[in-house]
Amino acid sequence: MSIRRFALAMAALAAPLVLAGVPANAQEKSVAVTAIVEHPALDAVRDGVRDELEAQGYVPGENLAFTYETAQGNPAIASQIARQFAGENHDVIVPISTPSAQAVLSATDAVPVVFSAVTDPVAARLVGDPDNPKGRVTGVSDLSPVKRQLELIREVMPEAKTVGVLYNPGEANSVKILELLKQYGPEYDFNIVESVSPKSSGVLSATRNLVGKADAVYIPTDNTIISALESAIKVGMDNDLPIFAADTASVPRGAAMALGFDYYDLGRQTGRIVVRILEGEAPSEIPVESVQKTQLAVNPASAKRMGLEIPQAVMDRADEVVEE
Amino acid sequence: MSLVAALGALEIGLVYGLVAIGVFISFRVLNFPDLTVDGSFPLGAAVAAAGILGGIDPYLATLLAVVAGGLSGLVTAFLNIRFGILHLLASILTMTALYSINLRVMGKPNLAIIMEPTVISPFELFGLSGGTIKPIFGFVVVALVGALVAWYLLTDSGLGMRAAGANPRMARAQGVPTAAMTYFGMALSNALVGLAGALFAQMNGFADITMGTGTIVVGLAAVIAGEAILRPKGVVMAVVACIVGSVIYRFAVQFALNAEFIGMNPGDLNLLTAVLVTIALILPGARNPVKALMKKRGQGAPS
Repeated sequence: MSIRRFALAMAALAAPLVLAGVPANAQEKSVAVTAIVEHPALDAVRDGVRDELEAQGYVPGENLAFTYETAQGNPAIASQIARQFAGENHDVIVPISTPSAQAVLSATDAVPVVFSAVTDPVAARLVGDPDNPKGRVTGVSDLSPVKRQLELIREVMPEAKTVGVLYNPGEANSVKILELLKQYGPEYDFNIVESVSPKSSGVLSATRNLVGKADAVYIPTDNTIISALESAIKVGMDNDLPIFAADTASVPRGAAMALGFDYYDLGRQTGRIVVRILEGEAPSEIPVESVQKTQLAVNPASAKRMGLEIPQAVMDRADEVVEE
Repeated sequence: MSLVAALGALEIGLVYGLVAIGVFISFRVLNFPDLTVDGSFPLGAAVAAAGILGGIDPYLATLLAVVAGGLSGLVTAFLNIRFGILHLLASILTMTALYSINLRVMGKPNLAIIMEPTVISPFELFGLSGGTIKPIFGFVVVALVGALVAWYLLTDSGLGMRAAGANPRMARAQGVPTAAMTYFGMALSNALVGLAGALFAQMNGFADITMGTGTIVVGLAAVIAGEAILRPKGVVMAVVACIVGSVIYRFAVQFALNAEFIGMNPGDLNLLTAVLVTIALILPGARNPVKALMKKRGQGAPS
C-alpha cells in the first residue's frame, strides 16, 4: 500500500468522524435577521452575523436558511416582520436595534432571540439582568466604552475643562451615552455641556453653538449627527475645536480620533452567540455581552487643523492612522 | 404566509383602521389635509406607555392618550381658524412641536412596556394566545369606534360637519357653525389616531419616538384603497371601507415581505407596497371602462 493510498483510506475513515463532530451541519438550521432600517452600521452588523455563521460552518443557502428583512424605518412594519418570523420555524431570531428587538419579543414567546446593536437592553426590557438573562433572550449591546473614551480625551488634552456633546435627543443610544458622560465626566475633571440637533440639517449650528463653550466635542454613535459629520468637522477646523468620535468610521471622514468599535465586529460577536444556540446552548445560560473588540483610530492631519497635537504615546498604540 | 403572520397583519390593520377613520374625518369629511397624525399617533403611544409605567390603570392611560390626541387636533384647528394659517402648514407646525412634546412625555426616545399590564391583560385569562386575542380585541374596538363615528355622521350635527367640509359658505348660510365643526372634527380625528397609537404601543410592548413617521401616508392609503375597492355610497360604508382598506394595506405589506421568490430584496419593500396599493387603486377604475362599454352596447342594441 502506497503512502498516498494509505492517506486516502485514512481520510475516508476519518470523514464520518469529522461529520459526526459537527452534527449541526447534518440538518438545515434557520436564522432570521431583522433591522429597523437599512443603514451602513446596521447593515454591517447583519453582514458580520452572516459571515460568522459561515465561518463556523453554517453556510447560507447550503445548510443554513438565512432570512433578512428591514422595516425601512417604520415600527408598524417592524412588528409585521416580527410576526412573520414568529410564524416561521426559525431556530434563532436576530433583531438589530431596540424597536426591532421589542417587536420580536412581543410577537413570539418561543423562539430564542439574540439581539444586537441595542444600547441599553435593561431599559428596553429585553432582559432583567444582563449577566443572568434567565429567559430565551440574550445578545450584544453596542454601548460605547464611555469611560475609556473620556480617559483618552483627558490624555490628549490635559488642559481641557469642558467637553461638548452633540446629539439628537430622539436617539435612545445618544441619550444613554449622555447620561453616562454626565456620570463619569467629573471623574476625569470634565464639565459636560450639551448641544442638540434633532435633524442632520441642524448639526452645523449645533456645533457652532459649542464654540467658546467647550474645549472639545464628543460625538456619540448618533445616526443624525454622523450623517452630517462633515458640518461638525468644518466648524471644528475653523475654530480649533477638536472633534472626537465614538466610531472609527468617522476618522477617515475627518474626526481627530475615535476609540470605538466596528459594527461588523459587533455582528461577528453576535454571530458567535447565535452559533452557540444553534449548537444546543440555552440563551438563558449566555450572559449579554458588550463590545469586546475596540479600535483606536487617529487622523493626525485633521487633529492638527483642529489645534490638537496627538501625543506620540497615543500615535504608537493606534490601530489605524489615517494619512491625508 | 403563516397564520401568525396573517393574524399579525389583521391586528395591525385593524389598529391602523382607527387611523384611517381619523384621516377619513379630517381629509374626506372636513376637507382638511392634516399631518398632525404623524405626531398624534406617537403622542397616544407616549401618553399610554408613560401612564402605564407611572402606575396608572391601562384603561385610564388609554383614555388620557385619546384626550391628548384630541387636544393636538384642537391646536391644529386653532392655528388654522384663529390665525388663518394654511391647514397643511398648521398641521406641520403641530406635528413638529409634538416631536418635542412626545420626548418630554416619554422622558427618553423609547419606552418599553412589554411586562406591564395593558388593556388586553384582562382578556388573557380566557386561555387564548396573545396572537388571537389581539386581533379580536382590535376588531371589537375598531368596530365599536367605527359604528359610533358612522352614527354621529348620520345625525344632524354630523350632517352639519359634512356640509362644513363640502361647502362651508353654504353651510354657514344654513346656520352651521363651521368653525366649531372643524374644531370638533379635528379633535375627534386626532383622538382616534391617539387611541390607535395607545393600542399599538400596548399590543407591541413599546412606544418609540419614531413611531409616527408616515402615519398620514398609511392612513390615506387605507382610506383611498378602501374607497377604490368598496366604492362606498353612504357614510356607513365609507367608514367600513376605511377599516377594510387598512387591513388590505397590511396584507399588501405582508405580501411584500414574502416576495423574495420574485427576486425582490428587502430594500424594495416600500416600492412594492406602493405598487400593490396603486394596483388596488387602479383595478376598480379599470373595470369601469369595461362596464361603460357594456352599457353602451346594451343601449346601442335594438330592443
